[in-house]
Amino acid sequence: MSITVATLKKGQKGVIKDFTDNDLPIKLLELGCLPGNTVELVQRAPLNDPIYINVNGSHIAIRTDLAQKIELDLIEADHQQ
Amino acid sequence: MSKNINVALIGNPNTGKTSVFNQLTGLNQKVGNYPGITVEKKEGICKLPRGTKAHILDLPGTYSLNTTSADESVVAEILMDNTNKDYPDVAVVVCDVENLKRNLLLFTQIKDLQIPTILVINMSDRMSRKGITLDIPLMEEKLNTKVALVSTRKKEGIERLKELIHNYKELSDEPSIDCRIIEPTYFSHLEKLFPDYEAYKLWLLVTQDVNFSPLTKKDPSEFDNLKSKSKADLKRLQHKETVLRYQFINGTLKESYKIDFRNAKGPRADLDKILTHKIWGYVIFIAILMLIFQAIYEWSGYPMDLIDESFAAMAEWTSNNLPPGILTDLLAEGIIAGIGGVVIFIPQIAFLFLFMALLEESGYMSRVVFLMDRVMRPFGLTGKSVVPLMSGTACAIPAVMAARTIDSWKERLITILVVPFTTCSARLPVYLILIALVIPEGAVLGFSYQALTLMSLYLIGFAASVLSAMVLNKFLKIKGKSIFMVEMPVYRWPLFKNVLYTVVEKTKSFVLGAGKIILAISIVLWFLGSYGFTKEFYNAEEIVTNRIEEEGFTPFTKTFIAKNLNSEESGEGEAIDLNFDLKSTRQLIKDENEDLYNTAVEQEIASFQLENSFIGYAGKAIEPIVAPLGYDWKIGIGVITSFAAREVFVGTLATIYSVGSDEEETIKNRMAAEVRPSGKPVFNLATGISLMLFYAFAMQCMSTLAIVKRETNSWKWPAYQLISMSIIAYLMALVAYQTLK
Ligand SMILES: Nc1nc2c(ncn2[C@@H]2O[C@H](COP(=O)(O)OP(=O)(O)OP(=O)(O)O)[C@@H](O)[C@H]2O)c(=O)[nH]1
Ligand SMILES: [Mg+2]
Repeated sequence: MSITVATLKKGQKGVIKDFTDNDLPIKLLELGCLPGNTVELVQRAPLNDPIYINVNGSHIAIRTDLAQKIELDLIEADHQQ
Repeated sequence: MSKNINVALIGNPNTGKTSVFNQLTGLNQKVGNYPGITVEKKEGICKLPRGTKAHILDLPGTYSLNTTSADESVVAEILMDNTNKDYPDVAVVVCDVENLKRNLLLFTQIKDLQIPTILVINMSDRMSRKGITLDIPLMEEKLNTKVALVSTRKKEGIERLKELIHNYKELSDEPSIDCRIIEPTYFSHLEKLFPDYEAYKLWLLVTQDVNFSPLTKKDPSEFDNLKSKSKADLKRLQHKETVLRYQFINGTLKESYKIDFRNAKGPRADLDKILTHKIWGYVIFIAILMLIFQAIYEWSGYPMDLIDESFAAMAEWTSNNLPPGILTDLLAEGIIAGIGGVVIFIPQIAFLFLFMALLEESGYMSRVVFLMDRVMRPFGLTGKSVVPLMSGTACAIPAVMAARTIDSWKERLITILVVPFTTCSARLPVYLILIALVIPEGAVLGFSYQALTLMSLYLIGFAASVLSAMVLNKFLKIKGKSIFMVEMPVYRWPLFKNVLYTVVEKTKSFVLGAGKIILAISIVLWFLGSYGFTKEFYNAEEIVTNRIEEEGFTPFTKTFIAKNLNSEESGEGEAIDLNFDLKSTRQLIKDENEDLYNTAVEQEIASFQLENSFIGYAGKAIEPIVAPLGYDWKIGIGVITSFAAREVFVGTLATIYSVGSDEEETIKNRMAAEVRPSGKPVFNLATGISLMLFYAFAMQCMSTLAIVKRETNSWKWPAYQLISMSIIAYLMALVAYQTLK
């Protein structure tokens, strides 16, 4: 299974690779959710939905169905910070 | 004199547009740390240097001109139409320095419409905490505009902004990116068809219904032949456009905007860990709600007693010290009693507004949206519906408007339809007085029965709204995708001034709004209650005196006499048996205590007159309808008049009862003293519960109906609300009374 924003664990980060669906709401992109940008999962609500992410400095909550459409490359946690 | 400069404040939600607006105009529009505080345009005038003036327009926040919700489309509508009277001479785009990159997206779009644009970078006071440094001159050069660095909290940069607005003619109106490069062939085709339009404007017109936005199109047919591209294609191009814009922005900020993360600090991460936690998040949310209750119920008791007593004293003073006559009666019995019925609730309403303002200003509201989204979804609502539902506890009118931030029309409509079920502050007066009358004192587990009752009423209201949402969700056949996306703002210390202002302003408008209606209604009621058209009304004195001679006093008067004798003789001593022999007691009292006797007779005359007055007739006419709910005709009148607004109920009863009695007493005591023909109190448990339930469900507020009409653009929905909610209310009250009596 590919890695998407929905499969991130709390605190994990990834770089947006692609969208599985062309029908992603334009608003999401405009908030900075574009290929090449970093996503961090901040918090999950119970039942894993919705999820609270930090993408490119924007802190937003989205639902899992949408998060599943955003594919990622995981960033391995660096211990410098 | 030259015409005012038209200025529009535009920007992402929660960037401080309204704060800038307030600074420029000296007005005090509502500010709050929740995206979507402003949902409609607001106007004001600003004095500029050298005697010029600007007409400032505060607009709802929007992430882009590709609008997806009703509040956002306000902006697009104004900017797309240069014949609109609000079309700006100069656009002021307000950005938050912490989110500059994202905020600039909208800036590039506005600039592409070739409107002269000033960039305001707000919240400069946060820069040092976040380790941000800016190179303003470089930024001005790259963006080809003027930049004002502003902090509305510190009141910095406003003068420069005014200066820039004054000199708006010097701004360039060059687009920031050439949108034709999105797809050159298509754009040249467009431009050939419509040579008069700017390329970007054309593009927006073509794409606007891709975002299922409710934008009204001026000339639909004209653009139909532009649909040579499929929706998916257009969407793909929009993606491309967004990428292009971000490229431009990244290029701009690369040199001019620096963040030193070592200096960046803030409580956000730590607070979010707890406040949005799977378990603690909910525990804290519930604790906050309980605290609000406690405040409303317990803490406001003292000021309320004080107000109640002073109004009774005021009425008494009026009737004793002003020359007797109709006007004095009207003042004492009608106006003071009626107004007192509302003023008494100021402490509670102020508390409610205070808490709502704190939740909004701190940034906590968005966390609630996050926590509640999954919970609300099965009911056809979204996490965003929680904000209208919660602010509905203050007043349904702003709550209905707050639903504008919900993207999907179906979810928004459902939210609007169910919001009036939540217990708004206008129901509080009714509930509180009834609870005080019929719910015994005492406590279980440290919670008083009375507070628990109030809490249950709130829960009932909430349950009613989610359950009816579920039903509506099943039956409403409206299609539309629901996208859920909420920004989580940073936590901020609520600005004391903003909070205080909101509380004072809202409370004032509640009291004045309600006061006006109540004033009018109590005057009318007083008049209707003081005049009649039958011979019974005019011969009341004779009829009543005869009746007392023959049959003795009514139960109401008997209680009254007993109470007075008791307190005269033995203080709080044992009650006199109410079944005392009528005739001999009458004689006894008449001989021994003439004053009391006379008062009693007068009181009977007054209430007989009331029953035979205009209002008595009207009340008697509706009595058959309300009797099954356990209400007498006076309550019936109260229910009818409170169709205008719920809080009128208490005022109405206060007026009716004081017309019918000679004593100036507190409203509560007056209601407690009311008895049925059988001698039992009118306000017993069954009637009380039945009334509370009636008010819990009934749609009794004309202003809400009006606002629903405006927000849904049809009379269908308010009519539906009125009818269905009234039926539910009647049935609930009926069942409650019939089972409890
Ligand atoms: N620290 C700081 N906070 C500010 C400043 N200006 C505004 N705020 C806060 O930012 C929040 C949002 O302010 P508003 O003026 O309501 O923002 P808005 O852009 O009108 O928001 P919407 O109407 O919801 O789109 C409030 O909590 C303000 O107190 C500022 O200069 N510095
Ligand atoms: Mg605003």
